[in-house]
Amino acid sequence: MNNEIVLENKTFTDVTAPKINKLTSSRNLKEKFIYGFLGVCTILTVGFLFWLIGYILINGISHINLELLIAPIVTTIYMVLIGLGISVPIGIGAAIYLQEYATDGRFVKIIRFATECLSAVPSILFGLFGMLMFVTALNMSWCLLSGGLTVAIMILPTIVKTTEEALKTVPISYREASLALGATKIGTIVKVILPSSIPGILTGVVLSIGRIVGETAAIYLTAGTVFGIPNTVMNSGRTLSVHLYILAKEGVSLSEAYGTAVVLLIVILGLNFLSYYIASKMKK
Amino acid sequence: MQNCNKTKHVWKKVNSETLMKSVFWSCAALTVISITFIGGFILFNGLPFFAHTNIIDFLLGEYWMPSGEIFGIFPMLVASFCGTLGAVVIGVVIGISTAIVITQILPEKPANILSKTIDLLAGIPSVIYGFFGLMVIVPLIKKYFGGISGGLSLLAVIIILSFMILPTIIRMTEVSLKAVPNEFKEAAYALGATPLQYIFKVQLRAAKSGIITGVILGIGRALGETMAVMLVAGNSPLIPESILSPVRTVTANIAMEMGYASGVHQQALFATGVVLFVIIISINVGMQFLIRRLERS
Repeated sequence: MNNEIVLENKTFTDVTAPKINKLTSSRNLKEKFIYGFLGVCTILTVGFLFWLIGYILINGISHINLELLIAPIVTTIYMVLIGLGISVPIGIGAAIYLQEYATDGRFVKIIRFATECLSAVPSILFGLFGMLMFVTALNMSWCLLSGGLTVAIMILPTIVKTTEEALKTVPISYREASLALGATKIGTIVKVILPSSIPGILTGVVLSIGRIVGETAAIYLTAGTVFGIPNTVMNSGRTLSVHLYILAKEGVSLSEAYGTAVVLLIVILGLNFLSYYIASKMKK
Repeated sequence: MQNCNKTKHVWKKVNSETLMKSVFWSCAALTVISITFIGGFILFNGLPFFAHTNIIDFLLGEYWMPSGEIFGIFPMLVASFCGTLGAVVIGVVIGISTAIVITQILPEKPANILSKTIDLLAGIPSVIYGFFGLMVIVPLIKKYFGGISGGLSLLAVIIILSFMILPTIIRMTEVSLKAVPNEFKEAAYALGATPLQYIFKVQLRAAKSGIITGVILGIGRALGETMAVMLVAGNSPLIPESILSPVRTVTANIAMEMGYASGVHQQALFATGVVLFVIIISINVGMQFLIRRLERS
């Protein structure tokens, strides 16, 4: 295939432009230069990624000390569970409304604009808001629940968007068939539409888990930095990424920092591969 | 009797239908409520500060000295602006080139692998970028360029940010390049264009609106980034004199001092949040407006 294209090009220059040979040769040089430049840019992108992953893996793999990391890991899991527990039902509900009920009206436009804005808000502002609202105004102080509520709002746009996409892929004939069999609309949604869009929703959930695990600024300002396994949701805790930030900032124990970074990176990479896996299952 | 029962049944059914509909409706409404609350809370807590320092002095004041109650965020605005600008320039050049290679030059299989690899770049948490920057990029800058703060500098911020926004730019460019109809390619080739001439003179222009969206999303991400920037910037609240000066961005200003600030100082940080919020939302609104205009033309 590639060969053919090159051949075509050759015949083209030979036949139609013998007089401007000089011009084409300088053009060839220029084209070669551009191809080279494009290649260098691509190598830079990929190279940086491998450099980063490789550096952290190589320097950190020997410093993994799970005993020291057990508290941040458990806190991270709690944070993920709280965030998902709040956000997933709300997000799915919102997506169902947008996709199954809403007729294109002003309200839908407002919701779409709101989700766009929500996904554009940087995490530090979520942190600031969480601190003002949950920590101060609702007097919950720095705790897992404040952090969880904050990250729940943060991942809401992702859940809404991916669920909507998943609902869109369910063929309309499913809906018609279910309704024709006498099912109610709500029955159709719960028993037909949602089950067939589960893989799509899962992709969104996995993406959101990655976002919560990697989140630092918002959790730092709302869940506090107390090191240890929190007993209740009203206790402060330190997730893996906050732990890494504090270790990196203080610079006291670099080996611990490397160990934390490796664990964090492995979790994130694992989640990424999980989402690819779900996506490939979906295609089948 | 039977009739009565039937109506009751129907009524019950209808009732659960409308109930669920209103539940879904309130879920959707919660997204609107969240963004309103976020904006409202930050404005409500930040605006009273402007009774202390007026907004012009706040935005253009060159000194940030919380102990002396002097609050000017001009140096941070300059730092955020320079950091974002530098990152976007590098990110656009590298990002668009990479997207061209993925969509136009590589065969399908390696292109797919490359595209997924770049997804990884988007998933890596910002604190890891910051840690990597602190451990690798900062010492490299110190070694080759020097500078007053041992490599913690605007340059480090630009380098880290440009790689952080790459996936956004690449993804949007990729999607919009793929959306250009194949007829354009056939027409261009029929007119004797080389593949590169087609890419640069036809395809990129046709994909303009998507690429611009990607760039604006990248700008938003760069402006809002906190943790990565905080670890490599040096965080001194002075107007940067060169690319090697330590800087403090608007976001870092909030995150750094929020832990211990109180009183007017805390209010000043909320006001910094207001400025950031207004910038981010106006970028977003501007983008929507721009997309609509580009789509119309």
